[in-house]
Amino acid sequence: MASFSSRGFAPAFFLLIALTQSQAVADDAGSMPQPSRQRELVRLVRHDCGSCHGMTLQGGLGPALTTSALAGRPIDYLEATILRGRPGTAMPGWQGLVDADDARWIAQQLKNGFPNER
Amino acid sequence: MNVDDSLKHGCVALLTVALLGLGTAVSFADCEVRGTGDLGLVVERAVGRVQLIETTTRSSLAEIEGLGDLSHASLVYSRDGRYGYVFGRDGGLSKVDLLCRRVDKRVVQAGNSIGGAISEDGRLVAVANYTPGGVKVFAADTLELLADIPAEYAEGKRAKVVGLEDAPNNRFVFSLFEAGEIWIADLSAPRAPRITKYRNVGREPYDALVTPDGRWYIAGLFGEDGLALLDLWHPERGVKRVLDGYGRGEEKLPVYKMPHLEGWAIAGRYAYLPAIGHHEVLVVDTETWTEHARIQVKGQPVFVMARPDGRQVWVNFALPDNSTVQVIDTETNEIVRTLQPGKAVLHLEFTPRGEAVWLSARDDDRVVIYDTTTFAELAKLTADKPSGIFFTARGQRVGL
Repeated sequence: MASFSSRGFAPAFFLLIALTQSQAVADDAGSMPQPSRQRELVRLVRHDCGSCHGMTLQGGLGPALTTSALAGRPIDYLEATILRGRPGTAMPGWQGLVDADDARWIAQQLKNGFPNER
Repeated sequence: MNVDDSLKHGCVALLTVALLGLGTAVSFADCEVRGTGDLGLVVERAVGRVQLIETTTRSSLAEIEGLGDLSHASLVYSRDGRYGYVFGRDGGLSKVDLLCRRVDKRVVQAGNSIGGAISEDGRLVAVANYTPGGVKVFAADTLELLADIPAEYAEGKRAKVVGLEDAPNNRFVFSLFEAGEIWIADLSAPRAPRITKYRNVGREPYDALVTPDGRWYIAGLFGEDGLALLDLWHPERGVKRVLDGYGRGEEKLPVYKMPHLEGWAIAGRYAYLPAIGHHEVLVVDTETWTEHARIQVKGQPVFVMARPDGRQVWVNFALPDNSTVQVIDTETNEIVRTLQPGKAVLHLEFTPRGEAVWLSARDDDRVVIYDTTTFAELAKLTADKPSGIFFTARGQRVGL
């Protein structure tokens, strides 16, 4: 019986891993904003975030958001800052305009060097 | 070729010959002989370019390139209306020749800038810098650096400078964002500025205006609900807080865009000002500096600008209401029109007598012109991500 149950356990275990993996893949794929939304987000960051951080993200009233300026800032931290702002500063929470997936995508792009429009 | 054309060409040819005769290296063959009173510049922020426009024919005459990073660019005009001084985000200060349609001179004078002003005698151009925080003053004709005023408010600490305005007697007035200070720089002797500092004026002044008569400097505060007021006739009386706590008891909304104060927001005895973090325009009695009324509007105001005759006030808004513009009748303080000129309306500018208004719709890549009496759309011009629109009449006014 022991061998039977171990045979039974093994497929279930692998199924669980497979499910977890596909879930993880689905999360990533599902969380990625659609290309049309990505274009909107690029415009939002370049022009609207840009009114304080600069269109080239070199900074203005707000700090620079270039890759080097953000070195050492984890993606989770950037995502939370985008969504909830920085209390006590001029940085507002943007969760009325972007959702968590949008914010995460923006954070990832900022870390990698933010794309240009067009 | 008609008579006008041949005359014009004749004049240009004569002028060219005359200048060549003087041995100048510059060809003025492309320069126009005309007035500039109906000209202006439209900033195309993403491509480092301005469009030269004419308000009489409502048309674009030329594009002038090579101005650097123009996110948040603004400009002022020489008093003869020939040159525009463009302040770029990247610290670039460019002197643009409207007649020859080219950049006459350009310096990169700081790492990060926000705007500037020109002195009442037209000889000095001052630039407000974020990095390094301070004000630099240049000779308007040559762009030679005359004075450097670091905004050092504590040992080794420099503030970002905002709300730099020209004031009578060749003074410039500006605010220090982090420091909560207002400084007056007297440039009577341009290479030896005399500075008067006012400390503790309020938390985080974000922009300012000088009233059209040149008497009052008003700084808006981001860090608290209120305004800082300085009487330039009596600077010895110090800075006074007005409209203290105007938003008290109301929840402040996230501010996606800082409002702008510069402009003709004064209509008769009342000043119309954006309430930061609120869907309101504040109406302030400038004789008593107390609140007169509040007007509920569509969103958080960015520009609140009065038509030159003061009869109307036009308002644009921050995200997510930035495709709407509302018009307030200043007799009744009621909204008389709500317009949708296009996506992301960033700025508006009235023609000098106010019969028309030009608005930039950034995300639709166009400038839209309205008749301010009938609200009929008069024309549309194509522009690449247009932001600021500036007409030469600004050169004749204080605080613009």
